[in-house]
Amino acid sequence: MTEPLLSVEDLYIRFKTYAGTVHAVNGMSFHIHPGEIFGLVGESGCGKSVTGLAVLGMVPYPGEVIAGRILFHGENLLQKNRREMEQIRGGRIAMIFQDPSASLNPVFTVGSQISRIIRHHRRVDRHEARALALAGFEAVGLPDPARIFRAYPHELSGGMQQRVMIAMALASGAELLIADEPTTALDVTIQAQILALLNDLRAAQGVSILLITHDLGVVAETCDRVGVAYAGSIVETGPTAQVLYQMKHPYTRGLLEALPRPSHRGKALQSIPGSVPSGLDLPSGCPFWPRCPEVMDICREQKPLPTRLDEVGHRVACHLYSREGQR
Amino acid sequence: MSRTPLVETRHLYKIFRSQSGLFRREKKEVRALNGVSLTIYRRETLGVVGESGCGKTTLGRTILRLIPPTSGQILFEGQDIAPLDRRTLRPYRRHMQMVFQNPYTSFDPRFTVLKSIAEPLVAHTDLRGDRLVARARELLQQVGMPGEILYRYPHEFSGGQLQRLAVARALALNPKFIVLDEPTSALDVSVQAQIINLLKQLQADLHLTYLFISHDLSVVQHISDRIAVMYLGQIVELSTADTLFQGGALHPYTKALLSSAPIIDPQLRRERIILPGNPPNPANPPPGCAFHPRCPVAVDVCSKVEPSLLEVESEHWAACHLVGKEVGA
Amino acid sequence: MTASVDLTGLPADIRTSRYKEVGLMLQAFRRDPLAVVSLVVILLFVLGAVFAPWLTPYPDQGLGNPNIIEKFQPPGPTHPLGTDYLGRDVLARILYGGRSSLSIGFLVVIIAVAIGIPLGAVAGYYGGRIDNLIMRITDVFLAFPPLLLAIAIAAALGSSFINAMIAIAFTWWPWYARLVRAQTLSLRELHFVEAARSMGVSDFTIIVQHILPNVMTPVLVQATMDIGSAILTGAAISFVGLGVHPPTADWGKMISTGRIYFIERPWFAGSAGAAIFLVTLSFNLLGDAIRDVADPRTRRAVS
Repeated sequence: MTEPLLSVEDLYIRFKTYAGTVHAVNGMSFHIHPGEIFGLVGESGCGKSVTGLAVLGMVPYPGEVIAGRILFHGENLLQKNRREMEQIRGGRIAMIFQDPSASLNPVFTVGSQISRIIRHHRRVDRHEARALALAGFEAVGLPDPARIFRAYPHELSGGMQQRVMIAMALASGAELLIADEPTTALDVTIQAQILALLNDLRAAQGVSILLITHDLGVVAETCDRVGVAYAGSIVETGPTAQVLYQMKHPYTRGLLEALPRPSHRGKALQSIPGSVPSGLDLPSGCPFWPRCPEVMDICREQKPLPTRLDEVGHRVACHLYSREGQR
Repeated sequence: MSRTPLVETRHLYKIFRSQSGLFRREKKEVRALNGVSLTIYRRETLGVVGESGCGKTTLGRTILRLIPPTSGQILFEGQDIAPLDRRTLRPYRRHMQMVFQNPYTSFDPRFTVLKSIAEPLVAHTDLRGDRLVARARELLQQVGMPGEILYRYPHEFSGGQLQRLAVARALALNPKFIVLDEPTSALDVSVQAQIINLLKQLQADLHLTYLFISHDLSVVQHISDRIAVMYLGQIVELSTADTLFQGGALHPYTKALLSSAPIIDPQLRRERIILPGNPPNPANPPPGCAFHPRCPVAVDVCSKVEPSLLEVESEHWAACHLVGKEVGA
Repeated sequence: MTASVDLTGLPADIRTSRYKEVGLMLQAFRRDPLAVVSLVVILLFVLGAVFAPWLTPYPDQGLGNPNIIEKFQPPGPTHPLGTDYLGRDVLARILYGGRSSLSIGFLVVIIAVAIGIPLGAVAGYYGGRIDNLIMRITDVFLAFPPLLLAIAIAAALGSSFINAMIAIAFTWWPWYARLVRAQTLSLRELHFVEAARSMGVSDFTIIVQHILPNVMTPVLVQATMDIGSAILTGAAISFVGLGVHPPTADWGKMISTGRIYFIERPWFAGSAGAAIFLVTLSFNLLGDAIRDVADPRTRRAVS
């Protein structure tokens, strides 16, 4: 197996607020291989977005990374200084966000913004930057690149803006694209376009993608591997088919059963009782136990460690499968 | 199911006119509803799907007369409520309620739960004092919330809990008809299922009629009896949920929309139809069929003549020139 | 009958819960030392102004016994802040001066708020033509530099305490109208206002029960801070001689007469300046504290 391009190891992030300490990320671990689309999926407050920001060293105040490593090409990003991170950010690792209209500055043309980013990361002059930008627009399937280059962000639709953001990432030579809910603000027909584009880019340019989403359908159709996050750590990970069709963790099963599907029509949906715990006071032991239908005594006391289930890398953090739980 | 209509719209138009500036008399027209005619039968759930800007939200608000229609009729139990004014409309308000998309902004942050739930009761009934509290408690029980929370404030609740409270408030006056405007799209999947189950349960218990507006096809599919697909202010297809979701869709837009939705079960995946371009700007609609610039099977006539919504099969309407003929083979 | 506004129909618990809210606000307020200090400073000045005749041995605006010989006394045991060019006790003048300055501050803001809130709420809630009309009127007022406009109005009405106050209030209300309108516009988009409309609650009830309580916090914050600015403007108007008449004590007047002696005898212009500075700053800090305390979310986070 190849070296992972990115590996997040035992990451802990907390936010100190007036109301108390919010434990947003609690031992998050996953890795992404070159040319792979990895889905980080979970409900609101599971720490998925903060983890994405942590990779770029952009955890917002008052958050802080208190433990763990983030290895990119084997180098720990958490030990880089501010200038080194500025070179990596938007260069070798780029990020696109849920709301593309908020990611572009409304008072500059799209072209001037993308040129600036390209010239920040590559030693090129204005003309070369423009050429790279136009090639980028072409690559993400934007019609009439020259017109887009001159346009202001508000003249483009949401789908086109998101394409511009992806073009920006590619033109400055990103190896890893972190996409935080890139299609949540878009209509389904546009979402289909963007997801198809991400898939093409991975195939054509070998870009790795960390796809952060709440939508299991998007994961099913796009990702090679997936990690299901709950209360700041991964409860189940592995190849998409294993996690979604041979899920082991009660939370993964609960999520999948809660989705309305044609086969469930007319029946009541399975729902997970209660709601997502707040990082302010997490339950002891396994964070899912208060909502878990299969809770055992040990779950209340001890947080389960990931157990490897098979050769393809399907792992689950649940006492139903852990050595401690078997006793 | 008894098939008596509860709400009907006939040729409903809503045109938003904006004029910019004090001296410039330049007017822009946005046709948010462009001749919508539909019938909602008693005790059914009619789902309305479509992309942003298709007019589905305007439809819900216009039916409730939260915004006045530009022209057309809105029949509630046979009575046209479109021309009524504030005062004459008031008796109808109590029969028609709404649940909004964002539970966090659905409550006045300075109102206690009791005061929020009591608001419609104070406005329409003479329930006061202990009887008002008793009614509020009963409503909380109906939506699965404990009675102790009456004196708590909205910021103390999660999105799912707030949406339950919003449902309780909508039920306060025993309405017949509820417009549900994306009631689950702000919620997490595990909570969304709770709300959908609650809505279905209440519908069965209280004989409610729903207009369920959503962009989420799987949710609409689950909860609706019939589904209307909207594109640019018009209904392009209307049929039973079973027909549309079991391969019976006729309109090319419906087909593309259904195929665009990400699907988990691999055996249910279809060939995806990826539509080119974006939905057109409602301020500047294309001539002929509004969908023709993106339509994979468009022919000459589509860019010239606007198709009308016809009953192609029993219980199945579609607005497309090619439907009924062999579509694109 | 339209939906009734009165809360009497609702059970007592709701009304008591309102008191509970106030209690929580006070609790959070007490935990903020800056807020407590500024409130104490303001209260000291207010009490000093109210009880000036009893607090100082120099009645009649600090004149005491006509004593021109004692002019320009530096601060000392008999005159803690010295005396001015007529031999009047500066501390007494400061206390008496608080009467006009503080009342200008409070009254100006009260008048401005009373005009601004209803106009702003109506403009924001109804929009359209009414909104356009009201906003164009505020534009006209805002187009003038406020101090200049106030001076012009005061000059036109003739110099007096009341006229100065009216003049300042006239330049002030458009800010409240704008603030309330902007808040109302964003509130109108929130679902709870739409929900109330969908239930058939009347516009008047919605404005009174939903809009106004929710705009009160920013208004209160702004008003508290503006009291300081109004005092400053009042001082400026007196400074140019359009405010209160001598020998009535006034901080602005004290600075204007004291400034020529400022290099050699800084105490009496300086004391008046310090008083204005302290009061203005205190009102600003108090406004900040109110902002934090009045919002249930930030308050709970603090407590």
